[in-house]
Amino acid sequence: MSGEVRTQRELHSPGKQYVARSTQIAARRIGDEIMIMSGSEATVYTLNDVAAAIWEEADGATAIQEIVERRICKEFDVAPEVALQDALALVEELAGHGVLVVSEAPIATKMLGKDQR
Amino acid sequence: MNSLMAEMGEKALALGIPLTVQLDLTYRCNERCVHCYLDHDDHGEMTAAEYKKLLDELAEAGVLFLTLSGGEIMLRKDFFEILEYARSLMFSVKLKTNAVLIREEEARRLRELAVESVQISVYSHRAEVHDAITLLPGSLEKSIEAARFLKSQGLRVMLADVLMRQNQQDYGGVKALAAELGVQFFLDPTITPMMDGDRSILSLNVNQDALQKVMRDEALVGNVEEFCSIPNGASEDDLESFPCSAAHTFCYVSPYGDVYPCVQFPLPSGNVRRTPFLEIWNQSPQLNEVRSIHLRDLPSCSQCVHGNTCTRCPGLAFLEGNMRGPSTQDCEKSFARTGIPSKNLEAKRASANGQSAVRGLIQIQGVSISSAPQTA
Repeated sequence: MSGEVRTQRELHSPGKQYVARSTQIAARRIGDEIMIMSGSEATVYTLNDVAAAIWEEADGATAIQEIVERRICKEFDVAPEVALQDALALVEELAGHGVLVVSEAPIATKMLGKDQR
Repeated sequence: MNSLMAEMGEKALALGIPLTVQLDLTYRCNERCVHCYLDHDDHGEMTAAEYKKLLDELAEAGVLFLTLSGGEIMLRKDFFEILEYARSLMFSVKLKTNAVLIREEEARRLRELAVESVQISVYSHRAEVHDAITLLPGSLEKSIEAARFLKSQGLRVMLADVLMRQNQQDYGGVKALAAELGVQFFLDPTITPMMDGDRSILSLNVNQDALQKVMRDEALVGNVEEFCSIPNGASEDDLESFPCSAAHTFCYVSPYGDVYPCVQFPLPSGNVRRTPFLEIWNQSPQLNEVRSIHLRDLPSCSQCVHGNTCTRCPGLAFLEGNMRGPSTQDCEKSFARTGIPSKNLEAKRASANGQSAVRGLIQIQGVSISSAPQTA
């Protein structure tokens, strides 16, 4: 799988950022939250509804900017610039934990989770 | 992590989500463990395509934690095909195996597929004891080699031991071996009856003295004083609790597609070859009966002093004849732990004494009868 984890400074660069769910984690929707298991860190995370929406759209082919515009702003009534800033911070944190993969180019999704319910 | 896991477990319980499922891929095995509860013949295992369909259904139902077990899972030629599919659906996968067939290449693939952990059955640190239990010469050496291969890949490994007469002196050795390998250790003090109800293998259970020694081994249980403390009986809150996660957030699917509340609770509740999993999970009368039972509904256990601390397994109770009854094996564990007999053990003792008294009475009558001719 292509793609690499980027730092915050790189995430804030002008180009599109593509995000994909890591192949190394386990995840499922439990009610209104997503539960994520990171075996390598022996850690469990839960994502709230906004973070879960980003997670669900992280297919490697859709840029984070599009995810924010198309889903977050519409569903959660938040200003685009605020939503993008928060989304980038979330992506950075999850990428730092190996939960998401970030790249400036679309990410091949073979063996990526095809179902994040 | 534990509190978050507990929170998600409670959420799954409230939402009726089967958070954890054990899926056996085969009952065939390359070992013939003397204490095994399975019939190792193949009676028509599900195909890889059937497993994939089931995995889709389990993901849809909300299952996150998936245990793949058997039988020996590595005997399936399509094992990695099924595992890869499960991981593509983002299950957290735990494997239970004897690991005899896991070499460096298999360990590398398991790491690539990011399995959560691998549990390896090891019954002694001594080959003559372990191999006499598995009836497979050389099996201990192979299993330990596999543990090293898996560990070197950075995988989480656990050695799982089952306490029985043959190896009751050796669990400390297995624990030390696990420490040397840098892996976890787990000891199960319970021999499970055969799934067909045959209880003959229970004769392999250790006696009370050996069980008491295990229950009071600080290296195993931690704070002995706390672990073995005198129980208080069940509170009102305890009485409202469920006996265990079986049918609440957990269930088991056999290689033939049969759904049970638990691997140790062989109550047929549906078959995924005929009915979608979620329909079985939500509508099976058997699963609904199991999940309707609170501690309050257990006639003996709700009144027992061990009610709130007992490890009572409803599956073992079912195998003993009544899913609402006590599990005598767990009563014996509670007794070994605290020195206080359970209500069930007291009743059995009273019954045994009663029988002795009846036998005594019969003997007296017999004497009187037999002596009658002498006096006649």
